[in-house]
Amino acid sequence: MYRIVRKKKLTAAVTQMEIEAPLVAKKAQPGQFIILRVDENGERIPLTVAGYNREEGTVRIIFQVVGSTTEMLDEKKEGEFIQDFVGPLGVATDIKGLKKVCVIGGGVGCAIALPVARELSAAGAEVTSIIGFRNRENVILEDEFIKSSKKLVLMTDDGSYGRHGNVTAPLKEMLEKGEEFDQIIAIGPLIMMKFVVAAAKPFGVPVTVSMNPIMIDGTGMCGGCRLTLVRDGKRITKFACVDGPDFNGYEVDFDEAMLRSRSYRGFEEKEREKTCRLFNIH
Amino acid sequence: MAIEPKKHAMPSQEPIIREKNFKEVALGYTAEIAREEANRCLNCKNKPCVSGCPVNIDIPDFIAQIKKGDYEAAYGVISDSSSLPAVCGRVCPQESQCEKHCTLGIKFEPVAIGRLERFVADWHNEHSNALPKRAESNGLKVAVIGSGPAGLACAGDLAKKGYQVTIFEALHSAGGVLVYGIPEFRLPKSIVAKEIDTLKALGVDIETDVVIGKTLTIDELFEDEYEAVFVGSGAGLPKFMGIKGESLNGVYSANEFLTRINLMKAYKPDSHTPIRCGRKVFVVGGGNVAMDAARCARRLGADVSIIYRRTEKELPARKEEIEHAKEEGIEFMFLTSPVEILGDENGNVSGIICREMALSEPDESGRARPIPLYDSDYTIAADCVIMALGTSPNPLIRNTTEGLETKKWGGIIVNDETGLTSREGVYAGGDAVTGSATVILAMGAGKQAAAAIDEYLTEKHS
Repeated sequence: MYRIVRKKKLTAAVTQMEIEAPLVAKKAQPGQFIILRVDENGERIPLTVAGYNREEGTVRIIFQVVGSTTEMLDEKKEGEFIQDFVGPLGVATDIKGLKKVCVIGGGVGCAIALPVARELSAAGAEVTSIIGFRNRENVILEDEFIKSSKKLVLMTDDGSYGRHGNVTAPLKEMLEKGEEFDQIIAIGPLIMMKFVVAAAKPFGVPVTVSMNPIMIDGTGMCGGCRLTLVRDGKRITKFACVDGPDFNGYEVDFDEAMLRSRSYRGFEEKEREKTCRLFNIH
Repeated sequence: MAIEPKKHAMPSQEPIIREKNFKEVALGYTAEIAREEANRCLNCKNKPCVSGCPVNIDIPDFIAQIKKGDYEAAYGVISDSSSLPAVCGRVCPQESQCEKHCTLGIKFEPVAIGRLERFVADWHNEHSNALPKRAESNGLKVAVIGSGPAGLACAGDLAKKGYQVTIFEALHSAGGVLVYGIPEFRLPKSIVAKEIDTLKALGVDIETDVVIGKTLTIDELFEDEYEAVFVGSGAGLPKFMGIKGESLNGVYSANEFLTRINLMKAYKPDSHTPIRCGRKVFVVGGGNVAMDAARCARRLGADVSIIYRRTEKELPARKEEIEHAKEEGIEFMFLTSPVEILGDENGNVSGIICREMALSEPDESGRARPIPLYDSDYTIAADCVIMALGTSPNPLIRNTTEGLETKKWGGIIVNDETGLTSREGVYAGGDAVTGSATVILAMGAGKQAAAAIDEYLTEKHS
């Protein structure tokens, strides 16, 4: 059992928790993920590490309530326990030798982008961050991004805060103006990452994307997290849990990944309804 | 008294009933049947059956105890050699091991050794609450990676010798393939839980949610004063065919399909883990795992067919499992191979393009090589395709353990007699070494490594 040391609502739908898990905290690196189970009948879900405190032995997770499991997790209070918390899994984001990087986060993906930006700036790289949200109410981690970025552009889809539009607009402008990046690291919805790749392509800037597919064990056993890379015209199957979650954005078959991510949508909606009804009775 | 030429039949749930539930199919011998079956044993002096047992159980001796009606004594004989009798009595391929060597089998059917083993283990579990005696601790720490059959067997033997054993398990519950892979109707989870409780009573500590290679490395285990490590991490990444459409929704690896059902209990209404199966399910492959997946899908209400590229004769699954599958209404499409999986506009499986095959001369495995018959393609409608093609070893441990040598395909290289790897104090066994194999072979490797670890540490500390 793993204790929820702190809990904080970042927005109406996004929650931050710090979980006591000393072994995970000791090893976690930006880009890695954990698998958790809320209770004994719970499903195993992956969440990317949003931060860690090695001295305190805690790992920070940030999640959006999207399905029944995240809803149940969100119902847990500070001081309560979750059943399982295992990690750190996956390969850490490779930041070696990077000097000038554009970190792009979309929505709750910003929670994963932040430790990457932080690690980069601690390593002396010049970080430009572009973070996008649906609207003002959904903005998270703005102050922390300011601290870890030389330049920060904040976008909202409806223009209610920051600049109006999506994250690819400022990226395109910068690239067109001749701004040079060693690497773009994009973390967010599949559709956002797909468009970041398309925007960067004419300029030949390498793009790393962080994939977050459906998983069960997270250790390379079930193959549920597989995705397809296209390399030299050949299709290669990779497993996000052990080969990723970071991949070369130019190689990822995003359209296939988007179809796969919707695999259980019908089930999820029904489960969520059940869970909502359950909590509403109390 | 003339010898009964046939084994006593195993009482079982009727196919029409069991295909709708996940309860155990084989119900087990009664004491009467067990004693009658035991009486078929000739009690040969040279005990050929024992040589066919990977853990060398003294088979004629335990059967002699059944004849006398002393089932607890029979259990004592088995547990001298085996850590998991109730499991092995159910899932060992006895027909190709002990029973294959049975003298009676030359003229008649061999003695039903596996069924008798199961009877004895179940009798013990039902009638005896006696916990095994804990050995006096020798203060030496040994780490076991993985709580599947190899790890459990290794841990049990070491604990009996007084070692302080900790098992590290990556998943949230112990048992490895016994809980995530083998379905409830073939091996009830309560049986596995009982065997694990016995190990805990012996003093074995089980740490779940720890992924060695990620949460901790083997080197860190040594830093933490573990004196030896046994790697029984099992098989890993599922194999796919590399054909078009394998990423469609509704295509599963057998590992994923079975894990959702067995470990995550997706078939129960209170489980939060979803499974999508649909009406028409096709399982590709012919091993025990393919049979397990097919029979699970059947229990979820699907029409199930197994697609196999060779003929019935070459099916690698146990005969008993094939028979059970057939009785439950599972169809077999032999000499067939999928060449493409078709999907609808939402990315869901809608069909399979199949190709007919023919058999040609034997390949390296000694089995006839299937060759495709071009221009034989046809399309069938499908909702779900399960790939049961085996696995390749998990990379997590070999990637994080310097000096641990592996074969090209990823299997850990060990000394055949001791299980010692290329690293001092590190032993390995089971599927992590051999690739997909059986529970009992993994157990045998775990036991062998336990003996070698004991020898190594005794010498080191003498």
